[in-house]
Amino acid sequence: MSTSLILLIVAIIGIAGYVAGGRHAMALVGGLSSKLHSRPGYYGSFVAVWAVVPAVLILFVWLVASPFYISSSVRSAFPDDVKAQSQAEQGLAYGMISSIARGMNALTNEEIERVGANPVDLRAALGAKGVPLAGDPKPYMVKAAGDLNIMTDISRITMTIVVLVAAVAGGFLAYRQIEPRFRARNRVEKVILVSLVVASSIAILTTVGIVLSMLTEATHFFTHVPAWEFFFGTVWDPRFAAAGSGGSEGQFGLIPLLLGTLYIGFVAMLFAVPIGLFSAIYMAEYASPKVRSIAKPLLEVLAGIPTIVYGFFALTTVGPFLRDLSSQLNGLVTGDYSNFIQAQSVLTAGFVMGIMLIPYVSSLSDDIITAVPRALRDGSLGLGATRSETIKKVVLPAALPGIVGALLMTASRAVGETMIVVLAAGVAARMQLNPFEPMTTVTVKIVNQLTGDLEFTSPQTLVAFALGITLFVITLCLNIYALYIVRKYREQYE
Amino acid sequence: MTDLTSPIAGISKPKAGRRDIGIKGRYAAERRFRAYGIAALSFGIIFLMMLLWSVFSKGYTAFQQTMITIPVEFSQQVIDPQNERTTNPQKLMTANYPIVARNALAKVLGADVNDRVAARSVGQMLSDGVRAQLRDMVVANPALIGTTQTVSLLASGDIDSAFKGQIDLKVSQENRKVNDQQVKWMNQMAEAGTLGKHFNGGIFVNGASSRPEAAGVGVALIGSFYMMLIVLALALPIGVAASIYLEEFAPKNKFTDLIEVNINNLAAVPSIVYGLLGLAVFVNFMGLPRSASMVGGFVLTLMTLPTIIIATRAALKAVPPSIRAAALGLGASKMQTIFHHVLPLAMPGILTGTIIGLAHALGETAPLLLIGMVAFVANYPTTPLDPSTALPVQIYMWANEAERAFVERTSGAIIILLLFLILMNVGAILLRRRFERRW
Repeated sequence: MSTSLILLIVAIIGIAGYVAGGRHAMALVGGLSSKLHSRPGYYGSFVAVWAVVPAVLILFVWLVASPFYISSSVRSAFPDDVKAQSQAEQGLAYGMISSIARGMNALTNEEIERVGANPVDLRAALGAKGVPLAGDPKPYMVKAAGDLNIMTDISRITMTIVVLVAAVAGGFLAYRQIEPRFRARNRVEKVILVSLVVASSIAILTTVGIVLSMLTEATHFFTHVPAWEFFFGTVWDPRFAAAGSGGSEGQFGLIPLLLGTLYIGFVAMLFAVPIGLFSAIYMAEYASPKVRSIAKPLLEVLAGIPTIVYGFFALTTVGPFLRDLSSQLNGLVTGDYSNFIQAQSVLTAGFVMGIMLIPYVSSLSDDIITAVPRALRDGSLGLGATRSETIKKVVLPAALPGIVGALLMTASRAVGETMIVVLAAGVAARMQLNPFEPMTTVTVKIVNQLTGDLEFTSPQTLVAFALGITLFVITLCLNIYALYIVRKYREQYE
Repeated sequence: MTDLTSPIAGISKPKAGRRDIGIKGRYAAERRFRAYGIAALSFGIIFLMMLLWSVFSKGYTAFQQTMITIPVEFSQQVIDPQNERTTNPQKLMTANYPIVARNALAKVLGADVNDRVAARSVGQMLSDGVRAQLRDMVVANPALIGTTQTVSLLASGDIDSAFKGQIDLKVSQENRKVNDQQVKWMNQMAEAGTLGKHFNGGIFVNGASSRPEAAGVGVALIGSFYMMLIVLALALPIGVAASIYLEEFAPKNKFTDLIEVNINNLAAVPSIVYGLLGLAVFVNFMGLPRSASMVGGFVLTLMTLPTIIIATRAALKAVPPSIRAAALGLGASKMQTIFHHVLPLAMPGILTGTIIGLAHALGETAPLLLIGMVAFVANYPTTPLDPSTALPVQIYMWANEAERAFVERTSGAIIILLLFLILMNVGAILLRRRFERRW
């Protein structure tokens, strides 16, 4: 029986339990619900919970655990010469066995008998059914595949029976417990509370998952390449990872990527900070409510546009424009119409990323500027300062820690931004300071190393995780520090 | 200000001329400062307009497609010369349909099909998609063979671009994709009304194709739809449950603090890191298929959760304590208070936050690149486990294509994406306006 069908049946049992539980409770008190401890629905829910939750848990555990059990018992039945081979070889053999097993399910019994133990025929027969095999199957594989199919079938049947029995039994036991003074509501609410706690710990699980998964893969990487060579290497040249060639030597230096990331981020902040900050000041201090109600949403539209759109804008509009502009300028000055700004360059990527960051800077600093107490402004204006003097001498200094926090958060966005730099910054990992030349970033390299065919053993692939954890740590530090500043500052006025 | 000094004026004699306190300079500075603000704001808005303009001006043509409507003779000579279609069903599948179309077009244009150069020029005016189009027609109805039917055929991408005026015809013909003869034919047919622009439904339904004229976002739309469904089904209940616990039940202790800091940080983790997580956990460890929209949905769920949790907590906080006090006072349990009273009142805020989170997820590209959604998928996925792609990823793939016609397609796909985002955001705004209560 398929998993979804089992789930459906369990759900039906649950609904039936709900109805039966509620009716039973009402019947016990002769229809007078005031004699019940809880409202009748809770008795129904109590039965439904006991019918569904244990059954689904069993189903889930079974689905996760049974492939491991089956695979280990098939592997333990391998002939000794296969067992002597490396783990990777055994993995390949097992992969082939499971394809054969899948293919054999598609064959009829006669076909299996006809093909018999002749491996070459089997390959052809399976190929005709749309199950290609990587090589000629060996006789032991065919036998193992048969065993695998039998075990899978047995496991499925047992699972179906166990799960359905658990659902019925759970529902029945709960049904038996129902009596007028039974505290059904408290029991059900306890279950709900537990599920709320589970839901909120998913946030922690995600963080743990991020850190663990990246640390494990990065540790694998550091067994191939020493950590200091990665963190302090100045050459990025990973070479090509050909599948199965066993990892040719490459150089994995983080420094050029980090430099590119910071440089592009810096250029972006150079555009975003003045524009964003001045817009925020204008909207908070000068603009009439009408202007504010139009301008603020318009700026926020910039934040809602997906970054891939910015990337496309940089690639097809800004990059060519800057390139042509530079060649015109060059032509006017020197008479030589060759461009000095590349279409993909630090400037292009930084400029477009700057546009993207404007709304972050402006809305974060807007909040902080409006949070400065009215009294400070009134005092300054009352002493005869102009508005701009009040802003420069009173409001901004008071808001400074918060603004710094906002800028740090924006910087962490700039560091982690991917699509704009993938399309507009170029792929050459170089260490140079000319903003008109292409450079590359950590995120670009993560994307480059992980698109296309990959195997999880070569350093060319694993380096992406080392880059990822570097990125994660950098943004985490920036954010925690920013949060710390913002929180500390907020307390001052509350 | 000078008025304030007037009481003193009676005692000390007013001096001739005012004391220069630099008021002019200070007012000038004030005006300058204000101008900076206006300039900054207008810069931001101008950039927004430029961005939208560049996308729309390049992309609106993608919704029109050049078609050539001509009588096509399904000649038995070409399709099935040995008359073996009854015995060999493969014959109709493998027949040379492009020749059928080319001959038909050559007849209309009066070109000689035996002249190889001219024949090639004629053939290049039609899309490679005509092979499948005519094949499907004939396979569905073999009786067509031997008859002449009027059929609308896709023009090739280059002719499409040229007809829309996107290819500079002043460049000498060696350096452009369409030659002078083809342009002449094109204009001749346009005048005769056989070649013209029609609404391009294909961009919404077709799958990936290496031919720009036959490429569409159909598969990507389905993939994105599956992902949004998964995100909605997982992120909304989990997010709401987590927020209820944190806002209403959680005791103030280290564990709760840890969760709070975690959620705030997760909201700021770069999206590409979620892609790495998805690749390592869902694809590598759990063995889910790459390129599947289910994996994409899981990754986007994790990414959207913090947004939804933050929005939900704000909405729950906004429900006044008097509601809770009233419900508790009437004997409701805490759970009943929250689920029967607080949650329904907070629902508009929660849904608004969810829609905004979904809109973000819909436009997210980077994590999907890592879990292998960069795939050439021509067939519709039937389940979330089938290989598929997503709207922003399709845009990314098209953006990397060099052909002129793909720039137009990319912009067209961006317009579709932006339309969806606008719809979602307008929905969120309307929801907020309609249902939000202020206490």
